[in-house]
Amino acid sequence: MARAAERTGLEPVIGLEVHVQLDTETKVFCGCSTDGDADEEPNTRTCPVCLGLPGALPVLNEAAVAAAVKVGKALNAEIPAETQFHRKNYYYPDLPKNFQITQYDAPLCSDGVLEFSHEGDRRSVRIRRAHLEEDPGSIQHVRDGPADLEARTTSVDRADYTLVDYNRAGTPLMEIVTEPDFREPAAVRGFLEKLEEVLAYLGVFDAGSDGSLRVDANLSMVESEHVADDGTIPEEVLADANRTEVKNISSHRGAETALSYEASRQRDQIEAGREVEQETRHYNETHGNTVSMRAKEEEKDYRYFPEADLPPLRVADWKEKIDIPELPDARRERFRTEYGLGAEAASKLTSRKAVADFYEQVAAEFDPDLAATWVADNLLGELNYRDREIESVTDRLDEFARLIELVATDEVTTKNAEETVLRTMLDEGVDPDTVVEREGLGKAAGEEVATAVTDAVENNPDAVADYHDGEDGALNFLVGQVMQATGGSADPGTVNELLRAELDS
Amino acid sequence: MSTDEFDVFLTRVEIDGADDGPLAGKTVAVKDNISTDGVETTCGSAMLDGYEPPYDATVVSRVRDAGATVVGKTNMDEFGMGGTTETSAFGPTKNPVDPERVPGGSSGGSAAAVAAGEADLALGSDTGGSVRNPAAFCGVVGIKPTYGLVSRYGLVAYANSLEQIGPLASTVTEAATLLDVIAGPDERDATTRYDAAEGEPDDHPAETVSYADAAREGFDEDELAELTVGVPRELVEGAADPVRETFQSALDALGTRGVETVDVSLPSVEHAVQAYYVIAMSEASSNLARFDGVRYGEQGDREGNWNESFASAREAGFGSEVKRRILLGTYALSAGYHDEYYEKAQDARAWVKRDFDEALQTADVLATPTMPVLPPKRGESLDDPLQLYLMDANTVPVNLANLPAISVPAGRADGLPVGLQLVGPAFGEPLILRAASAVETVVD
Repeated sequence: MARAAERTGLEPVIGLEVHVQLDTETKVFCGCSTDGDADEEPNTRTCPVCLGLPGALPVLNEAAVAAAVKVGKALNAEIPAETQFHRKNYYYPDLPKNFQITQYDAPLCSDGVLEFSHEGDRRSVRIRRAHLEEDPGSIQHVRDGPADLEARTTSVDRADYTLVDYNRAGTPLMEIVTEPDFREPAAVRGFLEKLEEVLAYLGVFDAGSDGSLRVDANLSMVESEHVADDGTIPEEVLADANRTEVKNISSHRGAETALSYEASRQRDQIEAGREVEQETRHYNETHGNTVSMRAKEEEKDYRYFPEADLPPLRVADWKEKIDIPELPDARRERFRTEYGLGAEAASKLTSRKAVADFYEQVAAEFDPDLAATWVADNLLGELNYRDREIESVTDRLDEFARLIELVATDEVTTKNAEETVLRTMLDEGVDPDTVVEREGLGKAAGEEVATAVTDAVENNPDAVADYHDGEDGALNFLVGQVMQATGGSADPGTVNELLRAELDS
Repeated sequence: MSTDEFDVFLTRVEIDGADDGPLAGKTVAVKDNISTDGVETTCGSAMLDGYEPPYDATVVSRVRDAGATVVGKTNMDEFGMGGTTETSAFGPTKNPVDPERVPGGSSGGSAAAVAAGEADLALGSDTGGSVRNPAAFCGVVGIKPTYGLVSRYGLVAYANSLEQIGPLASTVTEAATLLDVIAGPDERDATTRYDAAEGEPDDHPAETVSYADAAREGFDEDELAELTVGVPRELVEGAADPVRETFQSALDALGTRGVETVDVSLPSVEHAVQAYYVIAMSEASSNLARFDGVRYGEQGDREGNWNESFASAREAGFGSEVKRRILLGTYALSAGYHDEYYEKAQDARAWVKRDFDEALQTADVLATPTMPVLPPKRGESLDDPLQLYLMDANTVPVNLANLPAISVPAGRADGLPVGLQLVGPAFGEPLILRAASAVETVVD
């Protein structure tokens, strides 16, 4: 990217609108659950309010406000004394009322910042505003025909009809708008990863939920000469550059792909002497490209005005009342100083709150280094190998703590713990003691081993003689006898040492 | 439309309430823009012909819990847009006092139901006078409560920052009894939240007051002698002669009981009708956007893309007055006009509020004729929307100011009822109810 920019003298300027679903129990303006099953029936998790039935009124879910305030605090944003909701008026079939309740000139958060690292550098992106709104429903465009519904699903211009599902309607959504501070598509990915990490730390975001993160991006190209060393670009240059808005981005990787494509598309246009058309483009995830959504983009007029059904909300003292946990950056630094961890381990252990919490729990009881190896390398490594997330075992963390205890107290060998116990725990969902008992992996007590060693020497005079004659196989035979006597639970290295000591005495 | 003598009901029902309660044995007629579970709720519009809500409005649950029987859904101007009940898609309602005349509106069916004895009590809704206007024209009592006193949950919105559900009845005490039942906070309507002033108890006013007691007790002689009624000259001068004379004799009758009358001025009210219509139409353009044929109601021909399908449903479902207001409201909110219309109207609204606050420093309550005219004959007033809008001159300022008001019969002129409107301070319902009882006593 950087090299291309030097060649052509053009650099992309990117700003984002990120929509994240806030993970509350109920919807933002009614009591319906936000917890949708993947295979739930359409239009079953609804009520008069989220269906926009005549006469129904919204009532603000304060948990959604609290979640948004947490995000604001984490982004170091201004939170006003009073916040208000507005109506954004437009007709669309996924919008039950044909207006969306959102925020306009009094957003919950403004003037924030998010720092992240990209290619080893610290980057900082300014957050213009972040506000609370309701998610619309979801729509599916369908062609007529006998095939399964999924097979008939198509794009809007090819559809014979459109199906609407309001189960999602009313899910609390936070729209986070950045300043146009990105200069590389890859940095967008780093930003989104960091944003998700922070949101998950705050406990306000469920990354696993479908459609929980959606991104619209604005991109324009400017001459490199206008970009100062610190990345700033004069306002008038930005205003002059024709911009496209890329919609339908739903992943970090998708953001990078879509914006890389869009940057080179715009560069090609400019280099060919054509003007970049100011338009909305749709990211096609399958083809990795962006396509024009409308030939002619009309200026949208949403006719915003205050939502009188929701009185202004005083949030003046919410910022102090609501606590947020230690965030990833601070925790990473503390792990390095407090536990003496290296940069990589500290980073691995703090990227997810659940992992970091678990690490701290284990490190408090056992050796922090041992805990780091077990959590960062073994547990995360095996999970990663299985393409699983820490969330799949967060309700079993005490079992993994027990496994580490078994290793720390020398009851199970490191090898057995890693290769058998941990893997069986993950694959079969059983607890470590069950695995140890079932596989007979418990290290035999010292006395039992000592007795077995003495017995082996006494009962096998031929092998002892062979050992003294220098036959290599003799020791192995005796080790095998001891292992057999202890049911395989003795540590072979220890048995070896004990046998040598006994035979050489 | 079901048939009754004056065409007051759109749907006849008999929904029984609880066995006992303050409204036991009473019948209540409910305006057809107030949702009733499983019972058609059309708002007087073809758009909602056949629509049965799956839930009861809070006020409906409350009257049922109080022991009342709901006897029908009453005719109204389409979505509340009108003052004569003639814009109803299902035909007009007759004024029981003179069947050739309109009953007023938009809650014309509710007022006529009470006047005709079809129901003991009725629920209406008042966005710019829609309870007080038909109460005046039909010779009954109608209350527009302080904004936030009564839950709007289940009331199909026309202009949600202005409107309240209000009671209609033959007497002040009966209306107050119904108000007791429906008033009070509702977790389903955030605007029923009560923000007490510093140092005042933060109970919702409805929870500590009995409106029926206030109405029943009225004022004693000493209290009447202490009462000051302010008369905003701007709202009397424009009234027709017979109305003004009847209004004045009611005031004179109060005067003989020791009530002091003072002139007050509300200079802002000359802008109130314009401001009201800009705000009401703007809100209506958004509130009525949901009627697109997808989920309920008129579906149109379902041809073409969804914009065409929505347009076809709205073309078929809405009447011309509704279309006019949606178009004007959309215009008033549009970029380039927003500041000139919507914002200016909000400024005027704030000014009207200030004027009322000042006038209520001088006087305890304000009195005006409810309607500047006598009830017109059917068909007389529909041709000129502007004339129709000007009929609201005395009622809309109260909605702009969020204040409580009551229309109480002041006598008759040319054999037709004249209503006297009393306006009080926010949550001052007990005061205007007592004063209205006093009017009731002095007017034969």
